[in-house]
Amino acid sequence: MTDVSAARRPPIIAASPMLRLQPPAARHILRAPPAVLDAAGQALGLSLSMPVCRASADATRAALWLGPDERLLLGEESSAIETASRLHQVLQGQPHSLVDVGHRQVALAIAGPQAATVLAAGCPLDLDPGAFPVGMCTRTVFAKAEIVLWRRADDSFHLEVWRSFAAYVSGVIAEAARELAET
Amino acid sequence: MTQTLRVAQGGRVDRTRTLQFSFDGRSYKGLAGDTLASALLANGVHLLARSFKYHRPRGILAAGAEEPSALVSVRRDAARYTPNLRATQVELYDGLEAHSQNRWPSLAFDVGAISDLLSPLFPAGFYYKTFMWPRRGWKALYEPYIRAAAGLGRAPTEADPDRYANRYAHCDVLVVGGGPAGLAAALAAAERGARVMLCDEQAQLGGSLLAEPAGEPADAWLVRSIASLRSNARVTLLPRTTAFGYFPHNLIALNQRLTDHLANPQAGQTRERCWQVRAQQVVLATGAIERPLVFPGNDRPGMMLAAAARTYLNRYGVIPGTRAVVIAACDEAYRAAIELHQAGVAIAMIGDVRSGADGHWPEAARRAGLPVLTHATVLETRGRLRIKAVRLARLDAERRLIGAIQTHACDLLLMSGGFTPSVHLHSQSRGKLAWDERVQSFIPSQAAERARSAGSCRGVFSLAAAIEDGADAGSSAAGDAATHASGFPAATDGSRPPPDGAMAGYAGALPQPQAAAGSKAFVDWQNDVTTRDLALALREGFVSIEHIKRYTTAGMATDQGKTSNLNALGFVSQRLDKAIAEVGLTTFRMPYTPVTFGSFAGFARGELFDPVRTTPIHEWAVRHGAVFEDVGLWKRARHFPQAGEDLHTAVARECRAVRSACGIFDASTLGKIEVVGRDAVTFMNRLYANAWTSLSVGRCRYGVLLREDGFVLDDGVVARTAEDRFHVTTTTGGAPRVLALMEDYLQTEWPELQVWLTSTTEQWAVIALQGPHSRRVLQGLVQDLDLSSAAMPHMSVARGAICGVPALLFRVSFTGELGFEVNVPADYALAVWEAIYQAGAAHGVTAYGTEAMHVLRAEKGYIIVGQETDGTATADDVGLGWAVSKLKPDFVGKRSLARPALNAPDRRQLVGLLTADPKVVLEEGTQIMQAPGQRPPARAIGHVTSSYYSAALERSIALAMVAGGRARIGQTLCAAGPSDDLPVQVTSPVFYDPQGKRLDD
Repeated sequence: MTDVSAARRPPIIAASPMLRLQPPAARHILRAPPAVLDAAGQALGLSLSMPVCRASADATRAALWLGPDERLLLGEESSAIETASRLHQVLQGQPHSLVDVGHRQVALAIAGPQAATVLAAGCPLDLDPGAFPVGMCTRTVFAKAEIVLWRRADDSFHLEVWRSFAAYVSGVIAEAARELAET
Repeated sequence: MTQTLRVAQGGRVDRTRTLQFSFDGRSYKGLAGDTLASALLANGVHLLARSFKYHRPRGILAAGAEEPSALVSVRRDAARYTPNLRATQVELYDGLEAHSQNRWPSLAFDVGAISDLLSPLFPAGFYYKTFMWPRRGWKALYEPYIRAAAGLGRAPTEADPDRYANRYAHCDVLVVGGGPAGLAAALAAAERGARVMLCDEQAQLGGSLLAEPAGEPADAWLVRSIASLRSNARVTLLPRTTAFGYFPHNLIALNQRLTDHLANPQAGQTRERCWQVRAQQVVLATGAIERPLVFPGNDRPGMMLAAAARTYLNRYGVIPGTRAVVIAACDEAYRAAIELHQAGVAIAMIGDVRSGADGHWPEAARRAGLPVLTHATVLETRGRLRIKAVRLARLDAERRLIGAIQTHACDLLLMSGGFTPSVHLHSQSRGKLAWDERVQSFIPSQAAERARSAGSCRGVFSLAAAIEDGADAGSSAAGDAATHASGFPAATDGSRPPPDGAMAGYAGALPQPQAAAGSKAFVDWQNDVTTRDLALALREGFVSIEHIKRYTTAGMATDQGKTSNLNALGFVSQRLDKAIAEVGLTTFRMPYTPVTFGSFAGFARGELFDPVRTTPIHEWAVRHGAVFEDVGLWKRARHFPQAGEDLHTAVARECRAVRSACGIFDASTLGKIEVVGRDAVTFMNRLYANAWTSLSVGRCRYGVLLREDGFVLDDGVVARTAEDRFHVTTTTGGAPRVLALMEDYLQTEWPELQVWLTSTTEQWAVIALQGPHSRRVLQGLVQDLDLSSAAMPHMSVARGAICGVPALLFRVSFTGELGFEVNVPADYALAVWEAIYQAGAAHGVTAYGTEAMHVLRAEKGYIIVGQETDGTATADDVGLGWAVSKLKPDFVGKRSLARPALNAPDRRQLVGLLTADPKVVLEEGTQIMQAPGQRPPARAIGHVTSSYYSAALERSIALAMVAGGRARIGQTLCAAGPSDDLPVQVTSPVFYDPQGKRLDD
């Protein structure tokens, strides 16, 4: 019997010293009213009732606020089934939508003192730490692609990019990083 | 050549670094810090260009961005060739190669100059008047001639090899202009803790201060200010950066030039960076531009603005001539005369067009013994390639001569008509302008954006006042930025220095003696517009300044009339006897100075021009020789040609494989939307035209989505995977549009529904397996899935696994054959595809592309939205009336379907067409006529939407939309070909297996 479950093949991205493709991860989009999100957060042990455009995270998991009723749940690849089943148990009969998007998108990490400047090549948001502090996350655009941007540290960002846009987004980042290295 | 006109000391050039450069092949020397213009002047070169229309010899009028005449091309290599650069802004580097333009065979002897003699033939609007008849002359003669004659520099012939960058930036206060007011504004804003950006188009910050002799108190202030700004981490200084466009909500576009000043830019170094700055507050400190004076023969090489001459002397250490006549309408000219005199230039005469001048500088000039003539005007000038003499006269108020006409020999004529505040950016931002009597110019009044102007761009000219004005503006801008951020109302500006009249001067043409004919007096140097052109426009009845501008092209050149607009207004005002304020001002538009295309493109070129979306199976297709086509941003395999195959034979082979064995197809690009929630079925019922309540879990249905006007928007298979969960598929191109439409309805029309939408287009890769052997191929690979027709009939869906990974398996068909679509998480798709392909080898599995897919579906009469439909087809028109629920009380588009026009019997309906000759494949788009030989105005009754050669049917087939088509089945109509008409028989659109037996295997 052919078994290819060990043969995950993430998309190929452009190489740049500032850029790392993150390992495969568990990802779910959870949509629900605030009270249900609250309950879901308690079940997971990770608050889902965070302020607007903020992430809550522990060592291995994170929840990103994407909208009043929308959270992106991130975890280690192996945790996908357990997270889903735990949420199913808790949320059964409650209004919600849980959709697995573990393969829909990939994560890119951009780190280094110039990280914000590189992102400013394609992202029109103000990435000054005063305006976009550590822990902030949002859906936005990078050049001609949609991304989710999450600031992990002053000089470190996490990007969620749809699979087929990863080559493009990483390509523009590599070009912008190359441009910065000139000066 | 030696730099004979370089003064012994002074200036901000580096006298230790001599640079070699060439102009029109001739070698010269300059100094580091020179512009091309200052270096040429140092070498005594004034003749730089030929004018646009009359090919008149032209020199250097100005010292900055406003230069209208001295346009040159700079060449690094065949691809790096930049035309139409202002020599006054080209920074000199070692080895710079510059060329003059618009001349043949040489700058000094230009055959095109004949047009100057023929100029009576080319008055304003001559295109419209001269080339009207005969009509065919346009194509054969006039247009080619005009094209050849038009334009100045030529475009480079090779692709631009340089890199360009884009950068977004944000700040509290953006200061445009690094002169005294701008620097003071940046300092004051920075002092209040604001994030400040300051840009200036020049290489050095300082603006007008750079034209002051070094070592004076103002210079010390400049050095101190720049050092203070540099040391502040919250301040970004951007020299060589032009703010060229002002867009809504304080978005300012800047163009930063990074390498054009370097002798040897590194290979691949970024040439320009386009900044898009979102500023809380903007301070415009864009300065003022000196106006030339308008008199006969005012365009000869050797004629220059007085302030420009000061700049060449004080900044570059160059005297632009040895014997000067100065024409003044403003005290600033006297200052230039004094400084040039001190530098050794003989001042032959200062002719002041005013009746008197007794300010600080005129008095100083008289004390220095310089001759002054008031009530002066210029009658004419002499000298072909360089000015030789000027004839002056004195006129009384009735334009009668006072005394004798004076002729003064000279090699330099300086003029100062006063200063025009640079209000371009303020005007671009839709800010209001008001005529100011003191300044005798338009200055900013009401701002439309969170912006304020400071310094001479609002008529505050004296240095001390400009610095004070800038500081006030910077401080209040920082305060407003802070209060805006914290939500408090903006503070109002404190007392700002008032505009003053020190630089007022003169606008319009200088008075001439009564009945004087005179030669050409130029108003717009770059477009060769003279007072005669303006007078002609007025004689012909134009009164609106906007019309006069377009008719004469005054102010419409690439310099946007920086030196000419106010003089044109002044002239029109004199002739119409109306105040300038009443004549009005034309609108300023971006860009302030020309910007390269590369800067706009930024990173978006080559492979990064647009995202190229590929599926997880793409690399397999590449390995197997696929030819790709673009579908939106996606690359899709169109066909997989084998050795020696063309498109036609490859597609025929792929189609035969699907009909006789099994084909494998990458359908991953299909849009997929997960619709989840208690009200999911209600939502689907309201949105799609079909009935959904009756769809049971585990089954699929073909769904049709209409727009509110009743026309087909999208289609796709919809699966119910749970009571409260639908897996909706859309067309490849329609995916974002459908999701956006769904969200729109959900959020604005039906917020009460408990349902949520999530795109899963890229979560699931889709491997379609189609053909009689497809079940056999999959059989050994799946787990927990029963593929039998009993367990999994046509239009069903099941969860399970394939090759050890989770799968969502559909039994669906877009070919008319037994078929499955295997959905697997995208990262597994390549491995699963390879496993299926390997297992299928024994069953004749063949990869097919989108072209075979199109043929196979056309054989079955399945439509493609966007190919059979064009936004004006209803579901019934394309034979999908069966899919539209008759029982549902409402759904999107239902009300429109009741309109009589959407039910008219002569609507175009989907039919099949067969040509008499089975080998003839109609062109898609061919018009269908009732009878042969008909041509417009006879109306076409239909058109071909799809046309292929069908391998299965061994003949050509076509789908068409034909008026009342279903009633015409069996009739013979006519396809209008390019040369002759072909009879076509109207048939059912289902050509192959009309009973659909093959679906049920």
